[in-house]
Amino acid sequence: MDILQILSAVLLGLGAILGVVGAIGILRFPDFYTRMHASGITDTLCTGFFIGGLMLQFGMTLASVKLLLIFMFMLFTCPTATHALAKAARHGKLKPWTRADADAGLSNEGRVS
Amino acid sequence: MSDHMILRVVGKFLIPYIMLFGLYVQFHGDFGPGGGFQAGVIFASAFVIHTLLFGVRATQKIAPEWVLRLVASAGVLLYAGVGVASLMLGANFLDYDVLGAYPVAGQHLGIILVEAGVGLTVASVIMLMFFTFAARGEPEGESP
Repeated sequence: MDILQILSAVLLGLGAILGVVGAIGILRFPDFYTRMHASGITDTLCTGFFIGGLMLQFGMTLASVKLLLIFMFMLFTCPTATHALAKAARHGKLKPWTRADADAGLSNEGRVS
Repeated sequence: MSDHMILRVVGKFLIPYIMLFGLYVQFHGDFGPGGGFQAGVIFASAFVIHTLLFGVRATQKIAPEWVLRLVASAGVLLYAGVGVASLMLGANFLDYDVLGAYPVAGQHLGIILVEAGVGLTVASVIMLMFFTFAARGEPEGESP
């Protein structure tokens, strides 16, 4: 088996693991901010791993250049989208769910302060 | 509004590339996936992002409504004009074969012109629709 194929498979596998971790985070974390923390952080690197793996498959072709451009685009837009979401939540005065809230028996549904 | 620094910087950085990608989709329509409609939507989305970041007034300075109306009609005129041109050359409506020296050249020219018409119209109509809804809540609206 070619070393490039192995590397590519490793990168694609890492990307898939990160994607699944992000998805589990979205499902399992209690409130908006923690969920965004899970998905916002894993998304960019997940895309990076996937595109890296695919670029190894394609080699030095035009497809690789296009993949690199997609990666550059995602590199700028993913964190910005997360930032915009968090900003909108703060602007809407959504309160983070804290341990004190949990101890007080308050639910993790969106609460406006 | 001044605290949207990150969004504005990234948006300003991305807008030219979105437009460039729109043009790529427009002119790549002959050889691969793409075409006038998709390109028009992508091109208009650059203006939508500009509106979200800088407000309707700022974007309407760049793309005033009368220009958009003019471009929207010009696109339809271009589309229909190609059809009428082929009628004038003695073929069916939108029969591209007669437009060039030989059929394939004529088809190439015809589809590029028609797609350009579609792209112009779709881009400007989507911007017009967006402005119509976005300018609704503006207090200092000058036109109804």
